[in-house]
Amino acid sequence: MVFFVLRRSFFAIVLLLIVSAFTFVIFSALPADPAALTCGKNCRPEVIESNRERLGYDRPLVEQYGAYMKGIFAGRTYGEEGSSIHCSAPSLGYSYDRHECVTTLIASTLPVTASIALGAFVLWMAIGVGLGTLAALKRGRWQDRVATAFSVIGVSLPTFFLGLIFIMVFVIWTGILPFPRYTGLTENPVDWFMSLLLPWFVLAIISAATYVRMTRNGILEVMNEEFVRLGIAKGLPRRRLIVTYVLRAALVPIVTIAGLDFAFLLGGALVTESIFNLPGLGKLTLAAVINSDLPILVATTMVSAVFIVVANTVVDILYGFLDPRVRVK
Amino acid sequence: MTLLSVRDLHVTFGTADGDVRAVKGVSFDVSPGETVAIVGESGSGKSVTANSLLRLNFGADVRTSGQVLLEGRDILAMSDEEVRRVRGREVAMIFQDPLTALNPFYTVGRQIGEAYAVHHPEAAKKELREIALDSLHKVGIPEPGKRIDQYPHEFSGGMRQRVVVAMALVNSPKILIADEPTTALDVTVQAQILELIAAMQEEHGSAVILITHDLGVVAEITERVMVMYAGRVVESAAVADAFASPTHPYTRGLLKSVKSLDSVRHERLESIPGIPPSLINLPSGCPFHPRCAYADSLGRRCSTEVPDLRRVGSGSSACHLPDERLLDLLGGSHEQ
Amino acid sequence: MSSDVVLEARSLVKWFPTGSSKLLSRPTDMVQAVDGVSFRLERGTTLAVVGESGCGKSTLGRLLARLIEPTSGSVMLDGSDVTAADSRELLALRRDIQVVFQDPYACLNPRHSIGQSIGTPIRIQKTLSRAGEKERVRELMGLVGLNPEHYNRFPHEFSGGQRQRAGIARALALSPKVIIADEPVSALDVSIQAQILNLMEDLQRQLGLSYVFIAHDLSVVRHIADRVGVMYLGKVVEIGDPESVYDTTAHPYTRALLSAVPVADPRSAGRRTRIVLTGDVPSPVDPPSGCRFRTRCPKAEARCAIEEPPLVDAPGRRASGHLVACHFPD
Repeated sequence: MVFFVLRRSFFAIVLLLIVSAFTFVIFSALPADPAALTCGKNCRPEVIESNRERLGYDRPLVEQYGAYMKGIFAGRTYGEEGSSIHCSAPSLGYSYDRHECVTTLIASTLPVTASIALGAFVLWMAIGVGLGTLAALKRGRWQDRVATAFSVIGVSLPTFFLGLIFIMVFVIWTGILPFPRYTGLTENPVDWFMSLLLPWFVLAIISAATYVRMTRNGILEVMNEEFVRLGIAKGLPRRRLIVTYVLRAALVPIVTIAGLDFAFLLGGALVTESIFNLPGLGKLTLAAVINSDLPILVATTMVSAVFIVVANTVVDILYGFLDPRVRVK
Repeated sequence: MTLLSVRDLHVTFGTADGDVRAVKGVSFDVSPGETVAIVGESGSGKSVTANSLLRLNFGADVRTSGQVLLEGRDILAMSDEEVRRVRGREVAMIFQDPLTALNPFYTVGRQIGEAYAVHHPEAAKKELREIALDSLHKVGIPEPGKRIDQYPHEFSGGMRQRVVVAMALVNSPKILIADEPTTALDVTVQAQILELIAAMQEEHGSAVILITHDLGVVAEITERVMVMYAGRVVESAAVADAFASPTHPYTRGLLKSVKSLDSVRHERLESIPGIPPSLINLPSGCPFHPRCAYADSLGRRCSTEVPDLRRVGSGSSACHLPDERLLDLLGGSHEQ
Repeated sequence: MSSDVVLEARSLVKWFPTGSSKLLSRPTDMVQAVDGVSFRLERGTTLAVVGESGCGKSTLGRLLARLIEPTSGSVMLDGSDVTAADSRELLALRRDIQVVFQDPYACLNPRHSIGQSIGTPIRIQKTLSRAGEKERVRELMGLVGLNPEHYNRFPHEFSGGQRQRAGIARALALSPKVIIADEPVSALDVSIQAQILNLMEDLQRQLGLSYVFIAHDLSVVRHIADRVGVMYLGKVVEIGDPESVYDTTAHPYTRALLSAVPVADPRSAGRRTRIVLTGDVPSPVDPPSGCRFRTRCPKAEARCAIEEPPLVDAPGRRASGHLVACHFPD
């Protein structure tokens, strides 16, 4: 088992290196000139050229990549003599647009995105798995049809649409909830909770829709299995059968997929954060796209990738714990 | 004294193509400690009948009628809770494929313990483990102390079926229903499992209802056999009688087409012409008549009237042929 | 019977890599599925290969039809080396060796009509025109007992036995010399098995076919085989005429196998002496040294662990050609 974990971790690291290199190359191939972005709108060509040389943008790609990776471990200094900024490790670059170390920016946005992701995750699992189980157990009856309808509608709704509708209904028309403005958990837990309620529900409803379907189908499939029939033949009470036999089997693939979805969300829910004005990773990324702020884009891409690779590895290892048949001996 | 009495059992499944009448008016009795076989091919209704005994026929549209009397109590009329108490305790069942029958997520020891704990909720964990160990030992699994914490996929097919048998017998049920218990197993393992079932039966005093399509298995360990065709019992007799002198043309055909170790090489096998009928569009009258060699000899009766199960000799048969002809069936090839 | 060999297996070996080393996921173990099998099949006869699960008989079948590549050894069809053929030669050779599989429900494409399925080999080999193909398929359908008018029907409209007939018709489409039948009747009802076996025998007589018939049911095999080979853990332990092998069994495994077959005769059932084999079948990854059967053999002695018994003439058998691999045969 230990070897299995070691092996997967090793490959995860290799994968991360490949992803970082890939990201780097892609951004280098973009038409935007990184040197031109360093000094604002009304820049003179000589300044651009000198910046290019100073910041190393004229160096070969491999060297640039090497310097970047080194920065992640040892920190890096940007700027010139007299007016340089040092971004301490892990330095993911420097945003000339905002005049800040990228790492600092990301670090300030991560708690927001994490709050969103975590709350949404809990909600969507509760709704998705709960409704899905109900639909499966009451197959063909009205509960099933309602749950399936919810599933279809939920999947079809675009995030911005649902978000705007929610704001209209809950904030503007009825005034139940205040206009979303993010408050840190440590500052004021109640406000924090209230400000995230709407975004949580928007994300949860849309994700739950898929999980309702997945759970429903997974459960129905497992219920046809012979071992469930044998469980009934043993005289197991219905509730115990559903939990220890049916759900235990059906949820394994669902939990692993959920792990991946959660990791994806950690990369930032762009649309949701923008609509609800939450200063998360997604909003940062969106702003960077609009402003062509390459250093931020490179960094956020990599950070998202890290989450996904880590999640994949964790999920793989988790699967071995959940399903005895998969365990490496 | 009858242990189990099945009266006029009917099971119909509603499907998109129409009603599938899987079991039509099946009645039989089982005495304590007796070994009975229900034999039939696919579509005969034997598995559906077995499942009905514990109300295990699930589906969107299943209609069951009749009575299944276990020591006088009708299982079909019981509440869900009462049936649950019968399952695994008074009547236990084992299925065909031991790989899919065992829960892959829990250890073998836990599953055996569970079979006991379900009906004895006050039992302590330690006691359950003892019982599981003892069960594994009784069914001949080597190193039970090590095996008890292993998962089903770590066992071979034969070992798994032993576990399934152990699980079924842990509460010393009055009846053990075995639905094709050896079909998925190799021949040498099959022999072991049959012996095991016979030995366990003796130890616990359970009656055994064995569902199978293999006449060899029937001959090995059962005392009485019921032959089913298209949802009906067409013959019921003591095994020795049924094999020596079958009293139904289908049974005769079945016996004739069984290959044996003593066959003569390249000798033409007798076979029953045609194919088993669709259970949605059954032939009128006797369901076997389109394939029966004797159907013509009785004029139109076979195609219009369904024969009842009636006493013939020391057993029963559902055929329109008169008694003398039935008792003479095995030598009746000259009738064609 | 002419001594005219149509198919020959020479020291066929197939090892499958399996398992994984701790760190690098490279296979560390080999499943010795088939480990040195040789035999000759004479034209117009049936060789049955029997054994329990894991003995390698299905793998052998696939090797003979070159559906998988052997680790070593060769298969000769009428003198041509099947295993060494390049893709062009192989295409031609495939006309001569065809396969019938076990599961009639899985073998026919549910989206193709029966006629299309049966005609597939003809289309692939491009031996006939479209019209010629249709005619040939109808002819084949009649040959196997299917109604040619059902050409356009789909598999789900047929019963298991009928589907198996279709599978046989498809195998006959290119007029092969040899048919490898892998458990062709195991998935069928008892009364239908007899029909299919009769059909296969008729076809053999009519068309001069040679069969390699893989089965686990010893009674089926007794009936249709001209020679029977018993396999255990990748090796042939006994081979000979059915009468000789069944009535004057030489190998203890064959003896145990025969004694385990349930007999549909209540009078003799229960009175036979059953030889119960102890223990489980050893793993094909790490088979026992010397004779592979020794761990379960009632006759095993020290010699059996050291020296692997060769396949030689069984002592004192009148019918020559009865071979056995045992140090202490009966």
